[in-house]
Amino acid sequence: MDFQHSEDRRMLADTLRRFLAEQAPVDRRNAAAYGDSGYSPAVWQGLAELGVIGALFPEAAGGFGGSGFDIMVVFEEIGRALSVEPFLGALTVGHALAAGRRADLLEPIIAGTSIVALADAEPQDRGPDAPYATRATPDGDGWRIDGAKAVVAQAEAAALLLVSAQTVDGASLFLVPSDAAGVSIQGYANVDGGRSGEVRLSGVTLTADARVAADGRAALAAAEAAALLALSAEALGAMEVAKAMTIEYLRTRKQFGVPIGKFQALQHRIATVLLEVEQARSAVINAADAFDHDQGADRDRRLSAAKYTVGATGQLVAEEAIQLHGGIGMTWELPLSHYAKRITMIDHQMGDQDQHLQRYIALGRAA
Amino acid sequence: MDLRFTPEEEAFRDEVRQFLVEKLPTRLSDKVRRGLHLTKADMEEWHAILNARGWLANHWPERYGGPGWSVVQRAIFDDEAARAFAPRLVPFGLSMLAPVLIKYGSEEQRRHYLPRILDGTDWWCQGYSEPGAGSDLASLKTSAVRDGNHYVVNGQKTWTTLGQYADWIFCLVRTDPTAKAQEGISFLLIDMKSPGVEVRPIVLLDGDAEVNEVFFTDVRVPVENLVGEENKGWTYAKYLLTYERTNIAGVGASAAAFDRLRATASSLTRGGRPLADDPLFAARLARIEIDLANMATTNLRVVAAAAHGGAPGAESSMLKIKGTEIRQAITALQRRAFGIYAQPFVPEALEEGYNGAPVGPEDANTAAPTYFNMRKLSIFGGSNEVQKNIISKMIVGL
Repeated sequence: MDFQHSEDRRMLADTLRRFLAEQAPVDRRNAAAYGDSGYSPAVWQGLAELGVIGALFPEAAGGFGGSGFDIMVVFEEIGRALSVEPFLGALTVGHALAAGRRADLLEPIIAGTSIVALADAEPQDRGPDAPYATRATPDGDGWRIDGAKAVVAQAEAAALLLVSAQTVDGASLFLVPSDAAGVSIQGYANVDGGRSGEVRLSGVTLTADARVAADGRAALAAAEAAALLALSAEALGAMEVAKAMTIEYLRTRKQFGVPIGKFQALQHRIATVLLEVEQARSAVINAADAFDHDQGADRDRRLSAAKYTVGATGQLVAEEAIQLHGGIGMTWELPLSHYAKRITMIDHQMGDQDQHLQRYIALGRAA
Repeated sequence: MDLRFTPEEEAFRDEVRQFLVEKLPTRLSDKVRRGLHLTKADMEEWHAILNARGWLANHWPERYGGPGWSVVQRAIFDDEAARAFAPRLVPFGLSMLAPVLIKYGSEEQRRHYLPRILDGTDWWCQGYSEPGAGSDLASLKTSAVRDGNHYVVNGQKTWTTLGQYADWIFCLVRTDPTAKAQEGISFLLIDMKSPGVEVRPIVLLDGDAEVNEVFFTDVRVPVENLVGEENKGWTYAKYLLTYERTNIAGVGASAAAFDRLRATASSLTRGGRPLADDPLFAARLARIEIDLANMATTNLRVVAAAAHGGAPGAESSMLKIKGTEIRQAITALQRRAFGIYAQPFVPEALEEGYNGAPVGPEDANTAAPTYFNMRKLSIFGGSNEVQKNIISKMIVGL
């Protein structure tokens, strides 16, 4: 039993934290996050050169990490710095490709030269095992794809989209160049920074090898597992910073002639935040452990437990951080408000706290 | 980062499990599992079984009779014993007084009292709270006035758990009424058979009388029964309170109670389907289960830190709050599971050997009394609000 990260991972975390503090302090982060491209290509390239993307993948896939605790360490730092660089796309697409036995395609992703995005969600609500509205039909030797994908993170920046589509054999994954004929992207800013896009696919023709995973569900399950862990760790990192900022504010802000941290009503609220953040850290540790050691429903259950926990705790932390800051917590100028937005919006990615609680229950019944 | 126990620790866990299978009487575990009242003899029986194995005082130094376990081994034992529905050990002598004597007592006191705690000769109770001194413990008024070779004690203690069985009580008494509240307190050992000691039971909302008021009228206590120095009792009391909070998370006990809750939810129906399949009930169950799994890891993180020499600070307050919230949530859901049959109050059904016809489903009659009894968890050992004050003081630093 050891709850310290290994020396290598601590060094990775330190390097990442130092780089982001120097290259992407919150004012520069905001300029990039709310700017035209929604991220900083220079920061992205710098992080790729540091090997941060490679840390997300095992050696068999061309990386040098890829365990649950590697993903936890990297994404906790991403959360601490509110990084908007397209890591989640690299992580999800890379793990889907590796699960589909196409690790040969990962090299440019790990090098950071090819930005990729997972295009899975659709505008219309769909049950977890229901067919996709996006269809892939045989077209000569290749495929033709028609459909639409919703809120694809960094869709405009991506050179390649990993698109899930229904074939006669079930769901498959296709690698689609974003500049292919018939692909149109309606980009927009996200409320917490970064950009996403609605992707329309109209008669997009692809060669046969564009189908990178015939069994799309298995490959997507690998991507989803990595994403749930990553988003949970990112939420944890952002919550840690919001918590620290709020503690500092309670120490320094004076009203009625004393620091407001003297008031018991506020002390009890921050104490609750502190202990729930510790519980969230435990949930993320459990999820990383599940990613490495559990399979199937057991693994997914613990991942959903973590995503549920950071969803519920994130809402508490974000709301309390704003409330305890008072009016200044409402301002764009204060970095805290951007942390509160990011923490909150993570509950809108890959399923919210209610969906993951239900998934947790359903997986328990199946077991 | 590694959540797994070492092979040696797993082997130890197997040894503990084997011991529990062989030595924990089914009669006792059955009573604990069903939430029945334990008698004094029940508690003494389990105490003696552990003592015979040398595992009773598992946190004491070896030279006083401890087994020499690591922090991790202690956590494993506590966890396994709770999951096996072993009776909770009465902590007052073993876990509260003994650590104080070991750290602050005289060698004579250690040699006299510690063996008597182990072999069950002395049953101890705790004389801390008073009618006017609850969370504000330092405002206590029970006085001890020096008279030759004795202190003369006058005053009243309350919420004295299992004081009706006690041979001795360790008391915080005021020896200097002129000093600041915390500075005039001493730590005194008082024989309950002394003239002038009177115990009166307090019936609690579940109908049980596990706590008492203890009155002291001109009770003469030999000066050698003072622990440490006069007027330094507050230091010892605070040390004791940190000890009281070890294993405060109660993960094993909550896990056992949760398993029982899940079994209840599977055996009962509501609206024509298993209660466990009711979407709202299932959601409440799942939230508790996730909270508990997170708590188990939080607890192990604190154990691992302690194994590396870290002193628990704000963490033990966090464990106390969250651990008791989870346990209370379990008892609330257990009560609600029985619906209308949580209502019948059948005190006799809480005793061993009750042969009357059960009213409603099995275990229904213990659910509400247990729920009400467990409201104490967030009140005793420093209320959860006091714990929040402690967390805030340690971390916000104001």
